[in-house]
Amino acid sequence: MIKFVNVSKVYPNGAVALENVNLDIEKGEFVTIVGPSGAGKTTLNKLILAEEEPTEGTVLFENEDIDAFNNAETTRLRRRIGTIFQEFRLLPNKTAYENIAFAMEAAGKSDEEIVSDVPHVLQLVDLQDRMFHFPGQLSGGEKQRLAIARAIINQPEVLLADEPTGNLDSRNTDEVIEILKKINDLGTTVVLTTHDPQLIKAVGQRIISMERGRIVGDEEKARTRI
Amino acid sequence: MFWIRLKRVIKSGWINFRRNSVVSYAAILVTTITLTVVTGIFLFQAILNATIANVQSKVDIAVYFTADAPEDQILSLSSDLEKLPEVANVQYISADQQVLAFRDRHSNDYLTLQALDELGDNPFGGLLQVTAKDSSQYDAIAQVLQGDTDIARSNSQIIERINYSQNKTIIDKLNSLIFSARRVGLISTLILAIVSIIIMHTTIRLSIYMAREEIGIMRLVGASGSYVRAPFLVQGMLYGAFAWLLTNLLFFPLTYFAGQRLTDLLGINLYSYYISHLFSVSGLVLIIGLLLGMISSLLAVRRYLNV
Repeated sequence: MIKFVNVSKVYPNGAVALENVNLDIEKGEFVTIVGPSGAGKTTLNKLILAEEEPTEGTVLFENEDIDAFNNAETTRLRRRIGTIFQEFRLLPNKTAYENIAFAMEAAGKSDEEIVSDVPHVLQLVDLQDRMFHFPGQLSGGEKQRLAIARAIINQPEVLLADEPTGNLDSRNTDEVIEILKKINDLGTTVVLTTHDPQLIKAVGQRIISMERGRIVGDEEKARTRI
Repeated sequence: MFWIRLKRVIKSGWINFRRNSVVSYAAILVTTITLTVVTGIFLFQAILNATIANVQSKVDIAVYFTADAPEDQILSLSSDLEKLPEVANVQYISADQQVLAFRDRHSNDYLTLQALDELGDNPFGGLLQVTAKDSSQYDAIAQVLQGDTDIARSNSQIIERINYSQNKTIIDKLNSLIFSARRVGLISTLILAIVSIIIMHTTIRLSIYMAREEIGIMRLVGASGSYVRAPFLVQGMLYGAFAWLLTNLLFFPLTYFAGQRLTDLLGINLYSYYISHLFSVSGLVLIIGLLLGMISSLLAVRRYLNV
């Protein structure tokens, strides 16, 4: 479904974020990408979301080169991907309800669908009492759950979760992981990036290790080889 | 779907406008200053035109007639002149009116009045004061009276003198003054308008710069460029509309005061002018406000949409 072919990314200041990365993520997989800060995990997500362009190589989404997409195609790609950002990236001037409604409006959903689905998804992430609160009035865990609700509302084919538990305590971390597992069970491909070893144990599926912009381990592949 | 999107865009623009109240106040204030300058320029042009018309009305060609010139011939010449396309007005002052005016002017000059009395007969002839529609047309009128024309030939016996040559210097000077005043008015108008537009554009850009992060997030959650851009255009138009309202609230009392107190000084009743031109001046200012707000927003958002 998502394929990286000899992908390198060098930022204008000369920093090498990715170096000759080859990666293949199948539909319905739960992939955990691990590595220390600066390993290139976030850049990997940005390339999938067409937020950055590769310096070399090709990123394919269902065999189509993301880099060759025009504006409209990029917008369509993003509607198929739900994203949970490390720093939440919620719309500060919109309430919890409006943040989720905006993602639905952007995807062209009707008013009836919005009115029926938004309270439902907020209930799913236990934010039904915070519906009309602004992000600034929510705790870290609540913001993260709101970001998850926004990412899953349009039932995306792929869910990118960049350090989704980075700012959370252990109870909230467990909740987030449970939600991600449930989403994966429903058929959504999940790409989770983290530097937290505890989380790797909790997830325990295909684990890709990265260091200094390179893939240094792919557990499933290792199992296959054995 | 178009109407649903339009409704959502307008609602979103209005909500952003309300929630970012500090930024909205600043943008409205700066836009109000721009529209005040634009309205001020309209009124300044009206004052300038009234002043020019006022000065122009004080310049004329005076045709002096001999003391024995028959009045019916003078009046016939007057009606001939009135038919000329360049002529705005012809005023006849009879010999009797002339002597009365002379006595009035020299009422404190005993010696002059005594000399006049000693003459016995009225030494003055009749006088025609000819006003042109435009000060540049005096030359053409003088040509009709002095040149090789039927009017000049048939009246040369009764015309004593025409004071155009004496007035010519003043008229030429006035023409060049009017030209300079209009040019200075136009240049200062342009400079003021450009400066105001730049300040307004910068303020709106600044307000959108503050929302650049938000614009990026909207794009990343799958919103199209036009769907992100449109509420900002609505916001820009709202700045323009509210600023237009404030500008009108400012100019009603200002022009009312000017109309009450400064009409003699300015040569025009600004309040009457403002009210009678409300639709054209205020309507144009509203369109300028909406367009400026929209264009500034459009240019500012464009920078941050490339995510």
